[in-house]
Amino acid sequence: MATEPSVERPEQIAAHPRHPSTREYVRIAIVLGVVTAAEVAIYYLEALESWLIPLLFLFSLIKFSLVVLWFMHLKFDSRTYSRFFLMGLAGAVTLYLVVLLTFRTFAS
Amino acid sequence: MATVEHADERRLVAEEHATSTGLPNTKLAIWLFLASDCLLFGALISTYVLYRGASTTGPYPNDVFDIPYTSVSSFVLLASSLTMVLALAAIQRGDVGRSRIWLLATALLGTTFVGGQVYEFTVFHDEGLTLTTNVFGTSFYVLTGFHGTHVGIGILMLLTLVSLSLGGRLGPERAETVELVGLYWHFVDIVWIVIFTVVYLIPTGNGAGP
Repeated sequence: MATEPSVERPEQIAAHPRHPSTREYVRIAIVLGVVTAAEVAIYYLEALESWLIPLLFLFSLIKFSLVVLWFMHLKFDSRTYSRFFLMGLAGAVTLYLVVLLTFRTFAS
Repeated sequence: MATVEHADERRLVAEEHATSTGLPNTKLAIWLFLASDCLLFGALISTYVLYRGASTTGPYPNDVFDIPYTSVSSFVLLASSLTMVLALAAIQRGDVGRSRIWLLATALLGTTFVGGQVYEFTVFHDEGLTLTTNVFGTSFYVLTGFHGTHVGIGILMLLTLVSLSLGGRLGPERAETVELVGLYWHFVDIVWIVIFTVVYLIPTGNGAGP
């Protein structure tokens, strides 16, 4: 017996999820701009010299997450896409962190 | 009558996406490609981190980097991510004309970024930093050159979409094509977010040696 694809399957709803509104996109872009400005500002602040690297990584992580979750829609799309991307990202971070630790890059 | 037409339309959409996962294969493929590209850029970034302080002769990173200039380039690329999502939102609403304008704006911002990178490379070259000057130069040009090439490919894809749109072949039914190009474009943006921090903003010693 031939079966027709159901129009109500949840995975098809996942294929066409709700995406953010134009206003949300603009708001995210403004936050990205402000965080970038903050990154550049702390680069010049001598008072924050000892905190520079952790703060830069934190700001970078915030920007990265905002673009991936909102602009690339991983917050709204099927989790399968997130798993695909995280697989590559986690693999890259782990592999190259091991490489850099092996060469004692952070020792100095 | 309208209900019947609507049901037919929904059935067409369902048949179009009748894959084993229920998700469009093209979108899964682009995410898989982006995951693999993480490994490529991971290799290039870690190579840069490994070698940037290992040069025995100058110029060193602190001698050539112009942070205000590169910050403006970063803002330009971030702005292009906004115009890209606005292009997608417009075509999903069925506003083809506005989508075309945003796609063109994204391509122009991308071109501005690449133009800025070419100018930066020219300045560095004049200051004595070439691909073969020292290991900092080699790892820097390879990393940022690969990123610039990705941006260049993205610009070509955007201009192809603009030309399809002008020919009337990029309607709302092909919004997914715009979304796929958008995913690639945003990926190029997140790679730059990491490069801007790791390469330009995190300070390095001069010629520490391995």
